[in-house]
Amino acid sequence: MAKHVVGAAKDVPPGERLRVDVAGTPVVIYNLGGEYFGLLDRCPHMGGLLSEGIQIGLVEAPKPGCYSYDRAGEIVRCPWHGWEFDIRTGKSRFDPKRWKTRPVEVETAEVKDAQTIDVAQDGLNIVVTL
Amino acid sequence: MTVETIQNPGAAIAAGQKLAIADCDIHPSPKSVEKEVFPYLEKRWQDHYNTYGLLLRQPYQNGPAYPKGQPDAARRDAYPPNGGRPGSDLAFMQTHHLDRYNIQLGILNPLRSGQGLQNPDFAAAYCKAVNDWQIAEWTSKEPRLKGSICIPYEDAALSVQEIERRVGDPNFVQAFMLIRTSEPMGNRRYWPIYEACAKNNIPLAVHAFGFGGSPVTGGGWPSFYIEDMVGHAQSAQNLISSIVLEGVFERWPSLKLIIVEAGFAWAPSLGWRLDRVWRQNRHELPHVKRPPSEYMRQNVWYTTQPFEEPDRRSHLKDTFEWIGWDRLLFATDYPHWDFDDPQRIPLPRADAETRNAFFLQNARDLYGV
Repeated sequence: MAKHVVGAAKDVPPGERLRVDVAGTPVVIYNLGGEYFGLLDRCPHMGGLLSEGIQIGLVEAPKPGCYSYDRAGEIVRCPWHGWEFDIRTGKSRFDPKRWKTRPVEVETAEVKDAQTIDVAQDGLNIVVTL
Repeated sequence: MTVETIQNPGAAIAAGQKLAIADCDIHPSPKSVEKEVFPYLEKRWQDHYNTYGLLLRQPYQNGPAYPKGQPDAARRDAYPPNGGRPGSDLAFMQTHHLDRYNIQLGILNPLRSGQGLQNPDFAAAYCKAVNDWQIAEWTSKEPRLKGSICIPYEDAALSVQEIERRVGDPNFVQAFMLIRTSEPMGNRRYWPIYEACAKNNIPLAVHAFGFGGSPVTGGGWPSFYIEDMVGHAQSAQNLISSIVLEGVFERWPSLKLIIVEAGFAWAPSLGWRLDRVWRQNRHELPHVKRPPSEYMRQNVWYTTQPFEEPDRRSHLKDTFEWIGWDRLLFATDYPHWDFDDPQRIPLPRADAETRNAFFLQNARDLYGV
């Protein structure tokens, strides 16, 4: 496992996402209300790019006829077959134990000696551990 | 901010393995009807289109009866970078789809092609224009792509005219209908179409959806798109039952029928059930000389998208063997949202030759290209 600086935190404000290639691995990073989460950018079903899917909320029916909607923007829907994944865990909506995309550890940190272009030299950067 | 995109990881695998593919269900769209289809449509029908649009025989006049799984029924990553509908840009389709998956033969199945329009003369004129458009914008520019002869199938005489206009034209490899016809497909009103296809050795593809006016399920109009989707299996079973029991394959034994985008795992149980009831009703069906399943094995092919996804892949093995590996044709449905990736479908285990037949050679043999 190594840490990779992939961009400046200010470039990915809340509600936005960043698609990056980390040492050959496709990763999508989401900012949910100031917290950063990373997922392997590949749907476990047929390989659709999750980074091209829309972010929706969690619609649930505790019982028929009763609906709730919350966690707006925290569920990503695959751009192909519409499989839904929880951005915080990578687990699928319909069968979280069996179907999931790999979560990737993301943190923000000041990185003084970063060589990467486009990273903040005076501020937080997004750092992926992979 | 912009989101960087890179090539789909699955693509590298496909190119690396050099698995050659025939995709038997690709949906092209015009960039603009006015610019690309109007040149082949008489002024009278251009005016008709501008005034009334494409009026179908269904209770929903504007657009599809059910909301699709994604907008415009398309993969969200299939929008051409220069604008336009998914499937409307040949150059983008070449790199995004044909090259990426090493597709050596792609069958174009245009939707919104004039089929099922209420006005029969307009349906015929629009189908003819869409066929001319396939040559001008697609097959003449990309030899990997072959067209479908769109026919105004609710009028058999006009359909035969269109089929005969295209006989011998290497731009086309099949005649094309939609599955939900006004009457069950074995009905005598459609027989001249089958005769023309058999006589000219043109396979007849029948694609999911259609606008016959009947509800999309045997139980009426359902509430949800998912019911529309699974309803295609019902519609396909209806059409096979009708066409077999009306004696179509007995009259035209060389007719090749391809079921497109309606599933296939239901075929064995349909065959068993038909055979059982056929044995019990021989007196009513003397013209159906053999068990219905024999006609299915002799005359019917199936494209595999949307692929079946059982929990155990082995359950599909028996299904494939009953139908026949030589009767299944791989398809992606590009650019639509329920696309099948050739590397990711849960295909039953098979030797290299059988896999090659499934992915390529069955289609080459069927279409003779």
